Amino acid sequence: MSNAPAIVAAQEPIRRTPVAVLELLRGHRRVAASFVLVAILFLVAVLSPVMSPHDPLAVSPDSSYLPPLTPGHVLGTDELGRDLLSRILWGARVSLPVAFVAVAVGLFGGGLIGLVSGYAGGITDLLLMRLVDALLAFPGLILAIAVVAALGPGLRNAMIAIGIVAVPVYARLVRAVVLQLKQMEFVVATRSLGATPLRLILRHLIPNLLNPIIVQVSLSAGFAILAEATLSFLGLGAQLPTPDWGQMINSGASFLNNDPWLAIVPGAAISITVYSFNLLGDSLRDALDPRLRS
Amino acid sequence: MATKVAEAREGHSASGWTPAQPLVEVRGLRTWFPVRSGVISRVVGQVRAVDGVDLDIRQGETLGLVGESGCGKSTLGRSILRLVQPTAGEVRFKGQDLLRLGSRAMRRTRREMAIIFQDPFASLDPRQTVADILGEALDIHHLARTGRARKERVSELLGLVGLSTDFAGRYPHEFSGGQRQRIGIARALAVDPSFIVCDEPISALDVSIQAQIINLLEQLQEKFHLTYLFIAHDLSVVKHISDRIAVMYVGKVVEVSAAKDLYRQPKHPYTGSLLSAIPIPDPRLERRRERIILKGDVASPLNPPSGCRFRTRCFKAQPRCAETEPPLDTVNLGDHKAACYYPLS
Repeated sequence: MSNAPAIVAAQEPIRRTPVAVLELLRGHRRVAASFVLVAILFLVAVLSPVMSPHDPLAVSPDSSYLPPLTPGHVLGTDELGRDLLSRILWGARVSLPVAFVAVAVGLFGGGLIGLVSGYAGGITDLLLMRLVDALLAFPGLILAIAVVAALGPGLRNAMIAIGIVAVPVYARLVRAVVLQLKQMEFVVATRSLGATPLRLILRHLIPNLLNPIIVQVSLSAGFAILAEATLSFLGLGAQLPTPDWGQMINSGASFLNNDPWLAIVPGAAISITVYSFNLLGDSLRDALDPRLRS
Repeated sequence: MATKVAEAREGHSASGWTPAQPLVEVRGLRTWFPVRSGVISRVVGQVRAVDGVDLDIRQGETLGLVGESGCGKSTLGRSILRLVQPTAGEVRFKGQDLLRLGSRAMRRTRREMAIIFQDPFASLDPRQTVADILGEALDIHHLARTGRARKERVSELLGLVGLSTDFAGRYPHEFSGGQRQRIGIARALAVDPSFIVCDEPISALDVSIQAQIINLLEQLQEKFHLTYLFIAHDLSVVKHISDRIAVMYVGKVVEVSAAKDLYRQPKHPYTGSLLSAIPIPDPRLERRRERIILKGDVASPLNPPSGCRFRTRCFKAQPRCAETEPPLDTVNLGDHKAACYYPLS
């Protein structure tokens, strides 16, 4: 064949997505910064047994109510003399898994509903969307509380409840994008080649859904942490004596007048975590939108 | 797999089809889209995008299909390939009615037909490399047994459409509109089809690129004995590439003829008005050109007029035109047919 040398050129390695991720981090400082923040949070959760100066559960009545910056207790101690810094570090081991599990429940439940609904259309779409509407009719936290009340209090059930609250968000998002993609000519082109529906979904719809989903995941991770803290504050999430940020605010609230740091310190931990996730989501959304790309 | 192909081939011969017959025979094809409204999505009307079309597409020819935007020409093209499910009628491809095929048999038959789209930016998956886009057709129909065979076929396809084989690893956004259109053409060729629907393949391209793509399509037709249904909204483009031309108006074919005859002697007043809108590249002739300016708007496919659909805008309309719809062979000069009681002379 006349173009044989050119075929050799085509066999060179093909550039693939990992490079694109690195380029994204290099080209967008906000993405890189928020990515580092979230990475630090995960490191803290993983390394908290090593990093904690004290046992988070060790009670010592002698050193209770120590204010922050006390030598040996950087963030002070609570009413039972437990080191706050250690409890905050250990609390990350509760909050971050909550973010993971709740987002996973929402993503898989909602994603599946949205995919089926958008792809099948017709009566299937109608029924599934009315179900989603019913879930959306309740304010998120009220729904989560109702689900936990039905399943019984505890961290695992709280995670599931928060995930269920996220289901309609993902269902609507995925359905909207699938409806849009279904009309695109490249999807029609794939059908015209004789592709099966499964191939169309796996090879074309899901890869093109990734951008909006990545953004939604980081946004709802922030919501999940906040919701878990709220449920624990109400006594429906992590149970005593597990160090949990929401639980800490709950017990600290009683001492707000004389020892406000008992509530402020875990509050700040929640704020920083939620802010990091939201920042990551915001910056990713901007970086991945071709219209905003310079 | 081989036996399945053999079965499919036998299926064609069993239906008595020979290459002398039209490759595609469209009979009474209707594609209506229901209009729904209200809480329970009650059907309140039908958009008659394609409303009773009879058309033959002969082996090896290019049939031009023209008409205004919204007249149903794209829907007709997609209905023929069953990318849109028609409401009624027959589409016989090599003698076999596509609309009666099960989904499995239909997917297998798709190997013999392809489509090229208008918008080269929407027709390629932004997340796939060119190699994946072209290789997908090969994977679906198991046309490349090894990775090496697949690579070679992809390179061959790129070569056919005049692109460098180095492009295989790149993503669609790295290409210009003309290059993307070539990739779209390469994808259509990947399955080795005999029939390709070209759905306004050059309308979205720069004028300088249009000629290149037209020439490429013509070369490929010659090389692979392809049959084209070439859809366009512009008669001057179709003139160059078509052997025969069909003119559509609000879901119906109103005139069909050999390309030359249509330009020399249009019979349907609608065709006459379309032709009169083509500018002549000579200032003196252009000044004397007589234009037929149509009054009113295109009739709605939701509620087309009684009788002839064009009568509401026609300068030759008579009371009879409102009563019964003229069939396509009202004017019948053998190869030249028009649906008009009062044709242009």
